[in-house]
Amino acid sequence: MAERRSPAAAYAGRFEAASRGEALRLAELPFLTQINVRVDPSSPAAGDLGDALGVPLPVEPNTAVRAGSGADEVTVAWLGPDEWLVVAPEGYRLELLRKARGDRHGSIVDVSAQRTTLLVTGPRARDLLAHGCALDLHPGVFGPGACAQTTLARAQVVLIPREDGFLVLVRSSFAAYLAEWLLDAAAEYVA
Amino acid sequence: MLLIPCPWCGPREEAEFHYGGQAHVAYPEDPAALSDEEWARYLFFRDNPKGVFAERWSHSAGCRRWFNALRDTATNRIHGVYRVGEPRPVAS
Ligand SMILES: [Zn+2]
Repeated sequence: MAERRSPAAAYAGRFEAASRGEALRLAELPFLTQINVRVDPSSPAAGDLGDALGVPLPVEPNTAVRAGSGADEVTVAWLGPDEWLVVAPEGYRLELLRKARGDRHGSIVDVSAQRTTLLVTGPRARDLLAHGCALDLHPGVFGPGACAQTTLARAQVVLIPREDGFLVLVRSSFAAYLAEWLLDAAAEYVA
Repeated sequence: MLLIPCPWCGPREEAEFHYGGQAHVAYPEDPAALSDEEWARYLFFRDNPKGVFAERWSHSAGCRRWFNALRDTATNRIHGVYRVGEPRPVAS
């Protein structure tokens, strides 16, 4: 079997070095399951998908919901009026979603290899991202429960705020570029 | 840089968007029935007003939806945005 390498694997050491101080923690969360879901939000299939996920598909733009725990923990991020991204641990059973949809109109596509997930946490996480992101990242307007597709240092990303920082989902082919950019922008916060 | 209010995501910087030209240009009912000149007119001829212009924009780095915007071509002021299928609002 071929060896699996995550898109930012080569940055593990430099991420760790940048995380030694109090200000920041950078890490890749490799191989998360990512599922693109497209379905009419008012259809019965959308309701059944919500049941299978353990949480209704969020219909409010720029919002994300979390549900479940352990192997069933999912984050469901709004990507569009009929489109969502499900982020779940490696090994999450996407067949459950296909089964919930049945033969009704809608698509469930495994896009795990499309993006990798970078974790940017710590007290200066927001300052770091603000170097390359035009959105207001203040927790008052962009805290847990929000999400956004936008650009970070001109690379397209999905940003999902967490209690202590952000998940930054970036296309695999841009992961090395964004890792370099993050490390460079982090220099002033790293002891 | 323009701040464009996506009707789904809210205000985002212009770099997240892709321009799609004049809005409300209907595809001909029966394209095969058109003369070459009529077809060329459909393909290539667009209004070019100085003032409010109804345009298509795509929020390509965000929700990836197409929508329409009323933009003043002289001032760049955006008078309103509306989702596909919604009627063109009256410019304020
Ligand atoms: Zn949008």
